[in-house]
Amino acid sequence: MLRLLRRPFFWIIALVIAVFVLSPWIGNDVELRESLLLAALYITLASNLNLMLGYAGYINFGSIVFFGLGGYICVWLVNSYQWPLIPSLLVAAVCVSALALFFGLGILRLRGAFFALSTIGIVEAVQAFAENFTPWGGSSGIYLSSSIFLPLGGPARALWVIYFLMVAVMGLSLYLSYFIKTSKFGLGLLAIGQNEDAAAILGVPTPFYKALVYSASAFLPAIAGGLYFFKSAFIQPSDAFDLSLSTEALVVAMLGGQGTVTGVALGAYLYEELRGYLLTSQTFSNFQLVIAGALLLLIVLFFPGGLMGFIYSRFPRTQKVLE
Amino acid sequence: MTALLDVQKVGKRFGGLQAVRDLSFEVREGEILGLIGPNGAGKSTLFNLVNGVFIPDSGRILFAGADLTGKRPYEVARHGLARTHQIVQPLTNMTVLENCMVGACFGRENLPLGRAREVAREAVAVAGLEDRAATLALHLTIAGKKRLELARALAAQPKLLMLDEVLAGLNPTEVEHMIGVVRRIRERGITILIIEHLMQAIMSLSDRIVVLNFGQKLAEGAPAEVARDPQVIEAYLGDPKLAAELHGSG
Repeated sequence: MLRLLRRPFFWIIALVIAVFVLSPWIGNDVELRESLLLAALYITLASNLNLMLGYAGYINFGSIVFFGLGGYICVWLVNSYQWPLIPSLLVAAVCVSALALFFGLGILRLRGAFFALSTIGIVEAVQAFAENFTPWGGSSGIYLSSSIFLPLGGPARALWVIYFLMVAVMGLSLYLSYFIKTSKFGLGLLAIGQNEDAAAILGVPTPFYKALVYSASAFLPAIAGGLYFFKSAFIQPSDAFDLSLSTEALVVAMLGGQGTVTGVALGAYLYEELRGYLLTSQTFSNFQLVIAGALLLLIVLFFPGGLMGFIYSRFPRTQKVLE
Repeated sequence: MTALLDVQKVGKRFGGLQAVRDLSFEVREGEILGLIGPNGAGKSTLFNLVNGVFIPDSGRILFAGADLTGKRPYEVARHGLARTHQIVQPLTNMTVLENCMVGACFGRENLPLGRAREVAREAVAVAGLEDRAATLALHLTIAGKKRLELARALAAQPKLLMLDEVLAGLNPTEVEHMIGVVRRIRERGITILIIEHLMQAIMSLSDRIVVLNFGQKLAEGAPAEVARDPQVIEAYLGDPKLAAELHGSG
């Protein structure tokens, strides 16, 4: 661990976190905070997706299920059992990770397109469960009363607390990505991503590693989901398990450069900015998914390495610093 | 010499094809055992059975006192058994050194990253790839990829190294170099089981030879003995020119 403190990249991540914390805080800029909150959410989702996609080479179309399920468990604990926010978030994340480990050991026997399809199946199954599970309010979902913000010092202050927590989750996601990438576990995952059969013959315990990374990629998105839906004070199945957010996370990871930590974060930030612009502009309102689709096509066809692939090829020396 | 690998009455069937039938042989500690036979004789299937890619229908596979029958490939690797592939399987987007680090990290010793890097460097050097250590595996020539297979298997610090046609597709100079590498590996005390079609090479490398035909053992013995065995000449060599070549070298 101490070894990591000497690496420049460790401090680059710390700097990004500092910018996220300070820039809206200094001017008390609420609008900037909301935009950065979404950027932090996208970075969290895309970074964790990247553990599967960029490292282990498995396309997870259903990464949103971690987010949605985390949101549900957290909101439910807060609403029905009056749990405080932080324990609810942690319990939600542990439950979702455990479920992912369980499902992972099963569906990760599949490869390629079959695995990708099964991840969509999981989203559909969990959504159907949420729609029919009475304690979760069925298809009408769960509403939180506005009094839930009182323990955090009222709504205005609560929004700041939620924002800082989301930035913390983003920071942890980046460190997790970085830590795994520079570890033996990461080396094994990269080998699986390149050639799973060869990796197994070299001794990489493939079933266990795949299930472990699937489970690890569930933890922080579940917390992000808890924060997001706690903030909205409302959760319903169609929002929680919206497949388009899964697709956007994939676009973001590909845009930035799958397998890289920097690229995925950069891609998420740029995509969120673009999305914000498209959503607020008169002409392009609700056009962002079309743009996302077109972007994905262009990247796959012309820039398979994404932004980082481009930067690395232009400035090879950056490879020594950035991950 | 004691047996390091003991294959006991192993059989494997694929649908209507009995790929390996009731096959028994042993690889003794420290030797180079050559495995020859015509195409489709079951040589590569045997490798896949030994290292857990396929599970045998019958028989047992013992290795250094442990029963490997039915074990997964990554468990087999932990026991100290490494192999190369006839059709090279590089981890394409990783460097030569990283490829070898995977072998070192997850092989017999289960090394941490730092130690694995040192062992990998050494393996890269033995295979003669020092100047390619930082090259992505996909940029290597076919000869380079063959050497990478060897370096990666070596980095696992195995007790037994299984080489599946490491000489195929190489030009004469490269073949000579590779034979030198194999000899150096044996000098380090690693036992070798080698499949090869290049007769002269395998006859001069091997201490003993096992001949397979239709999934069964046809003959076993010293290279010169095997080459004179009338059954081998008839069933496998057939071609008198090839027989002459063998006698020339044996």
